[in-house]
Amino acid sequence: MSLDLLTYLFIGGSFALYIGIAIWARAGSTKEFYVAGGGVHPIANGMATAADWMSAASFISLAGIISFVGRDGSAYLMGWTGGYVLLAMLLAPYLRKFGKFTVPDFVGDRYYSSTARMIAVLCTIVISFTYVAGQMRGVGIVFSRYLHVDVNTGVLIGMAIVFFYAVLGGMKGITYTQVAQYCVLILAFTVPAFFLSAQITGHFLPQTGLGATLSNGQSVLATLDQLSVDLGFKAYTDGSKSTIDMVFFTIALMAGTAGLPHVIVRFFTVPRVKDARTSAGWALIFIAILYTSIPGVAGFGRVNLINTINGADNTGTAYAEMPSWFKNWENSGLIGWYDHNGDGKVQYAAGNAFEGGKPAFTEGTGEQGQRMVSNPALAPAPVNAAPFANEVYVDRDIMVLANPEIANLPAWVIALVAAGAVAAALSTAAGLLLVISTAIAHDMMKKTINPNITDKQELMYARIAAIVAICIAGYFGINPPGFVAQVVALAFGLACASVFPVIVMGIFSKRMNTEGAVTGMLVGLVTTMAYIIYFKFMGGSADQYLFGISPEGFGTVGMILNFASAYIVASMTPAPSDEIQRIVEDIRIPRGAGSAHAH
Amino acid sequence: MSLTPEKAKAYWRENLGIISVYMVIWFVASYGFGILFVEQLDSIHFFGFPLGFWFAQQGSIFIFVILIWAYVYSMNKLDEKYDVHE
Repeated sequence: MSLDLLTYLFIGGSFALYIGIAIWARAGSTKEFYVAGGGVHPIANGMATAADWMSAASFISLAGIISFVGRDGSAYLMGWTGGYVLLAMLLAPYLRKFGKFTVPDFVGDRYYSSTARMIAVLCTIVISFTYVAGQMRGVGIVFSRYLHVDVNTGVLIGMAIVFFYAVLGGMKGITYTQVAQYCVLILAFTVPAFFLSAQITGHFLPQTGLGATLSNGQSVLATLDQLSVDLGFKAYTDGSKSTIDMVFFTIALMAGTAGLPHVIVRFFTVPRVKDARTSAGWALIFIAILYTSIPGVAGFGRVNLINTINGADNTGTAYAEMPSWFKNWENSGLIGWYDHNGDGKVQYAAGNAFEGGKPAFTEGTGEQGQRMVSNPALAPAPVNAAPFANEVYVDRDIMVLANPEIANLPAWVIALVAAGAVAAALSTAAGLLLVISTAIAHDMMKKTINPNITDKQELMYARIAAIVAICIAGYFGINPPGFVAQVVALAFGLACASVFPVIVMGIFSKRMNTEGAVTGMLVGLVTTMAYIIYFKFMGGSADQYLFGISPEGFGTVGMILNFASAYIVASMTPAPSDEIQRIVEDIRIPRGAGSAHAH
Repeated sequence: MSLTPEKAKAYWRENLGIISVYMVIWFVASYGFGILFVEQLDSIHFFGFPLGFWFAQQGSIFIFVILIWAYVYSMNKLDEKYDVHE
């Protein structure tokens, strides 16, 4: 069977499965729509949380990032898993005991303030939208590369599928669809990882394969270090970020993960407090299966990429002889080549082959059949000890998708990877859309604007909000703002500097009051946003960094300022009422959680 | 709930104690071994990995998983001791 046919079969089959589950698990009440009726088994919830959490960024981008930056990428691996330890110990059990539907619900009730609730709603919506735009783009890339449809058509198909099960099924439909999507995406990631590892190292598991000894007598990592240095890159296992920046960036990712509304809300769906803790444990096991495979996939992919492009004699491969994946991705615009030295061979080394980094393609093809570009680098020179100047641009995002092709794996593995990437993007998009629609229907309409609406009306508002959110997400997918990568830093920064501290203080400090919480959230938000906007959008340069902390890591500073200002203000203003203090005492004791309810 | 305020306080104190112990391990495994002391650890080789690099990219994740399950176990026992389990 051809690759195209297999891909249609895998993606089509998985879509049919998701729709079938959505019809089976329709939501009839707001409680089913928001928290799946509160009766999800911890293992199922763990899988759903894992699928919810592992987005197009984890599936498609993360191995690519690590492949190209090596050691510095560790911050993502530790940050995006270590956050679950914080979640399990500091947030999940207590929020489950509190027993409401949403994060703004907790903030609004615990701090008896609609101002606090609205700030939390605002954070929830901003965080979720920045995330969802990237997911739709991921779906578009997969469709355009594998199904030869336009990226825009791909986004529309993805929107239609999410629309179907998120609007119809709400949290209940999403939860059970995510269980299926987890199975698809984890198979799609690990199967090629096993193949790659076995092919390169003889080890079945990529976790141990990365340390295996190759035929040249060196380990994979030592080989990678050697290859990288020879081509003018820094050694793979060396970091380039300062220690303080690594620490702050990792904390921002961890606290940000624990503060993401679409992750927190998953722990409202289990029956008991005990199950909230267990779910976090299951979720991290399911996430760790993928995350511990990533370093292997990244390393093997980089070795394969270098060897394929530069050839066995390390002088480059003639463009005419490049394998088909190279030309396919060139057609998708994610690989570019300019023959700087005019020898007809493709050569890969450190340095920019194009002015500004990325190729700007123009109409027409060159004499080798390559796509023409308008911005070749002027007078490129070899970097460090590299034997030649770099001639190629390889987008990091293609590493996971192109890996099976680079390694010549069977066509069904390539089709499986395509289906897995779509599952990862759709499952996260659905979870985010649900959080957005809940924030609008429940926290804004029901709790703030018009408390008199019935359960049925609220459900209707939630569905309308989901439809609007899907359309906006689709718009961003089709017209991606150039700043997607930058806004992701913003999403984590906001979650870390605002949502995470306010919830932790609400649980662990009985003394914390409205004034303190609102001040803390605003201080955290404003400082973090100002820093990120200055450096990401207004052209601030790296030598102006405060203590050498990059904007990605500044959420940690925002979090510290949030805690500090909240405590100072709270100590100068009256303590919360006895009733609120009793609520805090109550959420600390597991017994009597009941199920999540609205009032 | 039949829990007296004194017992509730004691339960909360023990809970905080458990969290503190696990948070220290969490910090040492990730920030300690993965970032702060990598240079010293990298000179040790562990199944073909420099040890600091292994902690940063894999070891810390394994420890996180074990930590959450240890926490689940400790808390279940504590809940039963104070009779606050469900």
